[in-house]
Amino acid sequence: MIKKRLIPCLDVRDGRTVKGIQFEGLRDAGDPVALAARYAREGADELVFLDITATNQRRQPLTELVREVARVLDIPFTVGGGISSVADVEALLLSGADKVSINSAALARPAFVSELARRFGSQCVVVAVDARFVDHQWQVMTRAGTTATGWEAVAWCREAANLGAGELLLTSMSHDGTKAGFALDITRAVSDAVPVPVIASGGAGQASDFTAVFQSGGADAALAASIFHFNETSLPSLKSYLHQAGIPVRL
Amino acid sequence: MEIAVVDYKGGNVQSVLFALERLGAVPTLTCDPEVLNKADKVLFPGEGEAASAMAALREAGLDQVLPSLRQPFLGICLGMQLLGQHSEENDTTLLGLLPFHVRRFVPDAQHKVPHMGWNNLQALQSPLFAGLTEQDHVYFVHSYYAPVGEYTIAQAAHPAPFSAAVQHANFYGVQFHTEKSGAVGTRILSNFLEL
Repeated sequence: MIKKRLIPCLDVRDGRTVKGIQFEGLRDAGDPVALAARYAREGADELVFLDITATNQRRQPLTELVREVARVLDIPFTVGGGISSVADVEALLLSGADKVSINSAALARPAFVSELARRFGSQCVVVAVDARFVDHQWQVMTRAGTTATGWEAVAWCREAANLGAGELLLTSMSHDGTKAGFALDITRAVSDAVPVPVIASGGAGQASDFTAVFQSGGADAALAASIFHFNETSLPSLKSYLHQAGIPVRL
Repeated sequence: MEIAVVDYKGGNVQSVLFALERLGAVPTLTCDPEVLNKADKVLFPGEGEAASAMAALREAGLDQVLPSLRQPFLGICLGMQLLGQHSEENDTTLLGLLPFHVRRFVPDAQHKVPHMGWNNLQALQSPLFAGLTEQDHVYFVHSYYAPVGEYTIAQAAHPAPFSAAVQHANFYGVQFHTEKSGAVGTRILSNFLEL
């Protein structure tokens, strides 16, 4: 049977990992290539690289970094941040990225999702959705979470899947950084509404949060950053915990 | 050893080239029939959609060249599916080297489509899987599958069993991404190079 996936997320800026990495034994802790290799060795099921400044500054993602990562990494990885054209996507895939994650560009022009799916296949098109709970409703935000779009989250997720997204990366901005657990209700609502896999993101603080998002939230994968970067929870111990809790994971 | 990777502008070949390089091989990316004929091993990666991949193969004349090859040949993901007779994906006629018909998964509440992620291999029946067990996982991303048949040399389930790998004569195919399946995938690639 297919296993639930754990996905460390690396935020990169100017080719370096940001968010203060505190791994022991990594001479250059900010080197995303070394960090990616370490996560892969420890049992990460996939990786996501987000170029965190790209959208606001309209900067091209770093294809050279992607090439270096692809050279050493033997697990799949997704690249996101500021991707807005077919040419952006082609450059990243040709450099060795397995998937691209698009966000603002999909909201600005939903047909972009279909164009990518037709050209490159749905399997490499991840639509990232940033949702915030405001006025009793999950609202989709754009431009790095700064602008409301008018979309309700489940409606937009359903639309993105219909347009050809092969996977959805759902981030609760209301939970991101809180370490109080994932947003279970919206994750479950989206997972039930779409036929494609859903990656839950935002709020991971401890191992039991992952059990909850896989069981109650119905997520196919869970993404986290600081819980892994700061070595609060190691991937092997988290996987062993989930296995004992009856969650199917790759050991 | 000469290792050729088929270049038909139809797949993400870079990851396969990198994986071969990690094994110390020096692969040649080519669509030249002469180079393909002379190679000791041929790898055939594929991603995307079946009809456009077949169109690209015909455009390059490879629909005639590939079936005539005699050395060990490994189709990966869509590259495996293209070895069959026909695909439900846009009603596409395939290369016809193996007897299977490619079908689409039907999603249900517990089984998303694409079948995306790590799944374990079952019923391993080939030197391709030397050293592996049914506890080993490989990485899949696909919405279409080849059913189980006499050509099946490994299975996976989603939820029903399907062909994770196929073989007829020198033509091998794997539905999963060997190049993205960690140490297990590396072992399979290495086993292929030793066939």
